[in-house]
Amino acid sequence: MLNRLRDLRDPVHFSFDGVPMQAERGDTLAVALLAAGVNHVRRTGISGAARGPYCLMGVCFECLVTVDGVQNRQACLIEVDDEMDVLSQQGAPSLPMPVDDGEGSKQ
Amino acid sequence: MSHRHVSTADSLLAFYDLLIIGAGPAGMAAAIEATRAGARVVILDENPRPGGQIYREITRNVPAHRPYLGPDYWKGKALAEAFTGTNADYVPGATVWSMESQGEGVEKGNCVVGISLGGVARMIEASAVILATGAIERPMPIPGWTLPGVLTAGAAQIALKSAGVVPQGPIVLAGCGPLLYLLATQLLDAGVSNMTLLDTSDPNRRLAALRHLPGFLVSPYLLKGLTLLLKAKRSIHIVSGIRSLAIVGKEDVEGVRFTTARGHETVSANSVLLHQGVIPAINLASAAGCALKWNEVQRTFQPASDEVGCTSARGIYVAGDGAGIGGALAAEVSGRIAAITALSNIGTVAQHAVVGKLKRLRHERRRYLRGRAFLDVLYAPQQEFLTPSDPQTIVCRCEEITAGQVRDAIALGPPGPNQLKTFIRCGMGPCQGRLCATTVTEIMAGERGTNPSEIGTYRLRSPVKPVRLAELARLPHRPSALMAVTGRDPVDHHTTNKETHHD
Ligand code: FES
Repeated sequence: MLNRLRDLRDPVHFSFDGVPMQAERGDTLAVALLAAGVNHVRRTGISGAARGPYCLMGVCFECLVTVDGVQNRQACLIEVDDEMDVLSQQGAPSLPMPVDDGEGSKQ
Repeated sequence: MSHRHVSTADSLLAFYDLLIIGAGPAGMAAAIEATRAGARVVILDENPRPGGQIYREITRNVPAHRPYLGPDYWKGKALAEAFTGTNADYVPGATVWSMESQGEGVEKGNCVVGISLGGVARMIEASAVILATGAIERPMPIPGWTLPGVLTAGAAQIALKSAGVVPQGPIVLAGCGPLLYLLATQLLDAGVSNMTLLDTSDPNRRLAALRHLPGFLVSPYLLKGLTLLLKAKRSIHIVSGIRSLAIVGKEDVEGVRFTTARGHETVSANSVLLHQGVIPAINLASAAGCALKWNEVQRTFQPASDEVGCTSARGIYVAGDGAGIGGALAAEVSGRIAAITALSNIGTVAQHAVVGKLKRLRHERRRYLRGRAFLDVLYAPQQEFLTPSDPQTIVCRCEEITAGQVRDAIALGPPGPNQLKTFIRCGMGPCQGRLCATTVTEIMAGERGTNPSEIGTYRLRSPVKPVRLAELARLPHRPSALMAVTGRDPVDHHTTNKETHHD
């Protein structure tokens, strides 16, 4: 959903779900994906709805992807790199969440 | 001289005089001020390069390539250069997941901060911490706001500043406030056409804003605002008096349906950019135990702090938009104020030596804040966009909890947002309530006919950002680490469970 105003000058080659893509060196992975035409980076665990990056500043966690085998990376906070192997995520992220109202702190 | 670029957890020192979180205008200014005074300073930031969101990529951008970003953006250049010239430890790509100020029990300093860098968790200590965490967009929960193709206006600006990319047209900008118009004109200057701006600001606010008009008239906002408005009006299709909005589309944005006094209309869109003001990013302050207070004019919670940035937690200071929205120039000054205050409190600089300077800086900040109250009141969000009436509207994006579910749960009588959260999991996803906290508070206040200050907001605990369990498990099991991870004091634990048995 993003268009580049200039052609790539220093291209980076990465892949998303196995499809080869290009971006400008220094781009965040989230911008790289949106500019390469990838709007759906994951599906939610509850309804299976498609989601894409929303805030581009580390707040919303809509941009969670698997990068080089590591799950739940915030694509808007990391820079795209050559040979990055990026996968979309299906379902709920498995992350340790903060505990609520004392429940978890008893463990 | 140039700052030390720290990229691995083990190259951090175990202790600093001052630890700053956030490398936007407030954080960079605080680092400059504190290193000048001879303090050992570390500055942690989530992003790959300094500048914060307002001066995003300022160190690499040049006006010749991105002229459309406008003069206010380029003001960040000198600040970023001065910051780069300090001897601070600069740590980009860092996640701060816990923070605590302790009265005793730590040999040096009294703040313990849990960070994650390059996949490794680490606890570091500091005599003082400045939170310069900046602002986030105020959530704008409308039907369809979770569809791919919807971005915040701030996100579109970040994309423009950091990568020179623009949303695909047709573009609909929806919401209210100066930033929406600023973005529209930046996109225009970047050569984008085919934009519609749906202005949701409430015409009834004009009267209420009048009493703040004198300050606005003598502020630079007046001229800037008029220039923006004129430019936008000439070239963009603007629709005012919006009463309701819905983004339509199956798996992607296809259009926006809106209602005005004239009835319903739909415009087609590939990209939708939402904005109804910004609010302080308070999660870290809140998890660190800083008391929060409700700001009625800006309709948001913010850390309770005094004029020089002291919070209710010892050794923890706030500066910049994270302390209350004031804009980049005020943020820069408040960063310097907080740094001077912190250093004089820990004894790095003599208290009497800074009195005059603090006074001058506070005066300067007042000048930068002039005119803001008028804008805050004039562009306060309309009720419909704070508390969506359509029960199907998603409030919590992570857990997909709708406004209807929130209202049903409120009817069951939970005392506040924390209990509501355990009822329906609203705010329990990875964003940890950042995108639903204000909406939940507003809905609850609305349902109960009270003010948000009576309702409060989510209470937060560490980890305040998700950290991998493996990283936490690899932390040395020192008391500070155990406390940060488990939320309870391991010393008490030993006393009750072990030593009493031995006796
Ligand atoms: S897009 Fe919001 S966290 Fe990455």
